[in-house]
Amino acid sequence: MKAEIEVVQPGLFSSIQDLGRFGFQKYGVPHSGVMDRYAMRICNLILGNSQEAAVLEITMQGPQLKFSAPTRICISGADLSPQLNGKAVSLNELIYISEGDVLKFAGRRSGFRAYIGISGGFRTEKLMDSRSWYEGLTEEFRLLKGMKLTYKAEEFSDIETHSSLKIDSEYLAEDEIEVYPGPEFSQLSFTQKNQLFNSLFSTNEDSNRMAVQLKEGLKNELKPIITAPVLPGTVQLTPSGKIIVLMRDCQTTGGYPRILQLSEYGIQVLSQKLPGENLSFQKKDYLEF
Amino acid sequence: MAEFPKISPLGDRGILVKFGGDISENLLEEVLYYKNILENSEFKQKVEVVNTYTSLLISYMFTIEDVYGEVLRVKRLVSGANIPKNNKYKIFSLPVCYDEEFGLDLQHISEQNNLSIEEIIQLHTAAEYRIYFTGFLPGFLYLGGLDEKLKISRKKSPRKSVEKGSVGIGENQTGIYPKNSPGGWQILGKCPVELFNKNEAIPSPFSAGDKIKFEAISKEDFYKIRDEVQSGNYSLKYHEHEG
Repeated sequence: MKAEIEVVQPGLFSSIQDLGRFGFQKYGVPHSGVMDRYAMRICNLILGNSQEAAVLEITMQGPQLKFSAPTRICISGADLSPQLNGKAVSLNELIYISEGDVLKFAGRRSGFRAYIGISGGFRTEKLMDSRSWYEGLTEEFRLLKGMKLTYKAEEFSDIETHSSLKIDSEYLAEDEIEVYPGPEFSQLSFTQKNQLFNSLFSTNEDSNRMAVQLKEGLKNELKPIITAPVLPGTVQLTPSGKIIVLMRDCQTTGGYPRILQLSEYGIQVLSQKLPGENLSFQKKDYLEF
Repeated sequence: MAEFPKISPLGDRGILVKFGGDISENLLEEVLYYKNILENSEFKQKVEVVNTYTSLLISYMFTIEDVYGEVLRVKRLVSGANIPKNNKYKIFSLPVCYDEEFGLDLQHISEQNNLSIEEIIQLHTAAEYRIYFTGFLPGFLYLGGLDEKLKISRKKSPRKSVEKGSVGIGENQTGIYPKNSPGGWQILGKCPVELFNKNEAIPSPFSAGDKIKFEAISKEDFYKIRDEVQSGNYSLKYHEHEG
């Protein structure tokens, strides 16, 4: 029997992701990978998968999925009210799947991105050492109706009770984004720095896996820089004063001043923010060098 | 070159090495010398090193456990030594068709810069361009060495789609669009060669430090080469420079 998930309804935006592409930035290929690494780790830990096993990243409105073979899955990250055959199922726990089961999501309760991990990980296309989808590079870049996602079928004779894992879901409601000063931070004026750390910002509708744009800007006279490296989490300030937080699918280099750099935890928290939600930057300093 | 590079963390998964000075071939040589050292050093976890004009970024697959210790270690790796002159690099010859069908802005460049179209092609094909790094899009090469006389501002409103292979100029930079994408450069021709092949183990033959020379070809040759590229029978022309 072929083990695959049939996409009955695609939902808003979902894609297969893993830890991302590594070693191809020198060709200009973005890192990609899950936005919220913590949620992915929880899924794979609970399933006993390797940490790089590919998961399905779901944004705000979940898809409807039909399984063709038995397996185990785990859902983590945002609470989008998952239901198996119409009955509510828990987050961060093993879910046993039988042939023909249908998983759907009844509505968002907290967070923005949920993750479905599956026993052994998704066995979809691998390109440049990664299964992460990225538009223009991989065959697929978003979940579409009728699509089939392959996985490895597994029969479970006895249902194990798993040791409970301490899971912190409080970050889903957090509104402070942890940041370090970026390479061009010192060029900001006193007023600009003050505004950065003492104002409320909110995320723009245009935000996606490439970048989160903020509605509120910062009056700016800083000029562009000589094209330089950027990473997911780099916060750029454009000449017109727009603040752009680069995310997992960002380009490898950029020419705007890099005023802040999100910590990995900061990226995790920001990944779970809805468009329009408020946030503030919380400065974290490096040790003195 | 006397200036010591500045080394600092970039978040908790990166370390940035910033060299003083402006864009120059000498600085590129220094940057690539240390890049090579870093690429051949052992790290506690998987890292990758990229360079731009004046920086090196070491990015780590996971959060760095001891950032302080790691910065010190990188400092030791990126210090002191006399940088030997590296005269070994590849020079690639890339065919470009400068026919007006592809060179959408040739007329505009000609009027703006007071050059005949023949002169534009002559200047653009005479230079050897140094590859500084790849960035922006997969396979997009940042090239240095454009003749001053060809310098021209970007288009006031960028095109919604510039065709893959288009060769353009924006300010003092020239380059090739590796795929269809929006773009504001002034387009002077088209190159039929693939700059990036996602299915190859090494998706691009070009490395930072190599050079590129454009070779003017006819429309006939453009289509001939494009067919060869598509059927997998085209091999890129290059020679090794040494000494």
